[in-house]
Amino acid sequence: MSAVKEFKRPDGRKPDEIRPMEAKVGIVPNADGSAMFSFGDTIAIAAVYGPKKMHPQHQQNPEKGTLRCTYNMLSFSVTERIRPGPNRRSTEIGKITEWSLDPVVMIKKYPNMVIDVHIHVLQANASTRCAGINAAALALAHAGIPMNDIVSSISIGKLDKQLVVDLDKDEEDWEEGEGATDIPITMTPNGDITHIQLDGKINSKVLKEVIELARIKTKEVYEVQKKALKDSIKEIK
Amino acid sequence: MKTTNLTGERIKQYLDEGKRFDGRKPDEFRKISVETSVSKKAEGSARVKIGKTEVLVGIKMDVSEPYPDSPNEGKLMVTSELLPLSSPRFESGPPRFPAIELGRLIDRGIRESKFIEFDKLCIKKREKVWGVFIDIYSINDDGNLIDAAGIGALAALKQVKLPKYDEKNEKVLHGEWTNKKLPLSKDIPIITTLYKIGKNIIVDPTLEEEDVSEVKITIGGTVEGAIFSMQKGNSKKISIKDFHKVLDLADKIRKKFFTSIEKFLK
Repeated sequence: MSAVKEFKRPDGRKPDEIRPMEAKVGIVPNADGSAMFSFGDTIAIAAVYGPKKMHPQHQQNPEKGTLRCTYNMLSFSVTERIRPGPNRRSTEIGKITEWSLDPVVMIKKYPNMVIDVHIHVLQANASTRCAGINAAALALAHAGIPMNDIVSSISIGKLDKQLVVDLDKDEEDWEEGEGATDIPITMTPNGDITHIQLDGKINSKVLKEVIELARIKTKEVYEVQKKALKDSIKEIK
Repeated sequence: MKTTNLTGERIKQYLDEGKRFDGRKPDEFRKISVETSVSKKAEGSARVKIGKTEVLVGIKMDVSEPYPDSPNEGKLMVTSELLPLSSPRFESGPPRFPAIELGRLIDRGIRESKFIEFDKLCIKKREKVWGVFIDIYSINDDGNLIDAAGIGALAALKQVKLPKYDEKNEKVLHGEWTNKKLPLSKDIPIITTLYKIGKNIIVDPTLEEEDVSEVKITIGGTVEGAIFSMQKGNSKKISIKDFHKVLDLADKIRKKFFTSIEKFLK
């Protein structure tokens, strides 16, 4: 790892330091499963409803069930109010979330059914999609949906030439040198990639380092998720 | 009609032997042709054909208020419409996900590369900047609309002539053009998409191949090896080993792809 010692992150974190993570499941009593996940000031909640009969009926798939994710940012989750309701960005992130979860959810068990995952960002300081995916994975597990694994998501950044973990807003807007490259990645504990996006400037050699870093760091996220799930069982006892 | 499982199996079997239905190699594109200035009304336009796939890209310019976070930079807006005319699979109505995805993939490929020099598109700081509107329409979908739209956007951007602007009345004189070209940088973002089918990685899929692919990865970058944007699509996972293969192949493909489209980007 190209570790430049004197590199200073705006909030004083070490390059490979994730903001304090918090995870909790069972935050929406009405839902079949729910969870909160936060990276520092970035807070996402997710709720799962289903499996339930797909409606409208013509969207039913007799071969397998459907995982349907929606991602939304509350209008007051950012500095300047965003107009409520779906937009192109949120539609894309919803789909990306579906894709990142699909490989681990055993959706084949539910023909003609749908599992709805609603993700809302309560407060945003970058890496919202990663927090959303982490919360969604937890919520699905909490809902008792059969899964062959869980997924964990983290954003890796390249600020000028320095790789950092878990970008915040100040870092997303980094302008010095080569600027900021933002790479949200989602992985299974085995290191299979279920989601990757990239914006910025990088080459394949460095990108391979990024993947390796993501592999190590998603494990930290995974531990937090695992603990939250275990804690929820303790509460029931 | 979606491609049948049987055809999918056969596509995979063929690929395992390094063959494709149409006789191409896994890393080979279909014939690409680009026609520019296909619209007299647009500031720049292009018609791109890759095999039987065809898209039309048009660019209009307009003046408006800049975004508050970039008060002296021009704006970019990329939208795409998958016309019902171009495939029995597309229906009219508000854009569904594939249309949004296409628009955003091209948007980010171009935006992140800083190909358009937005700082040169400012007329009056905080008040008036040029906006570049890239609109993509599918004419025939036989797979790989993304790459086709990418070339179309580049070719059309190269054509763009700025409309006349009446500074006194602060109005764009639509339909009258200056000789000024759009300020573009040297870093041409080549947008290519690699598809994983079974154990194989291919480029430029036909509709059938696109249907049976498990993972697609769209990468925007230069021939020199810089990568500006990337997005994984579809709901299967990919191992790190395969991902490395994709990256290495993408670097090669971009060079090859660029040589074949370079002549259209004059």
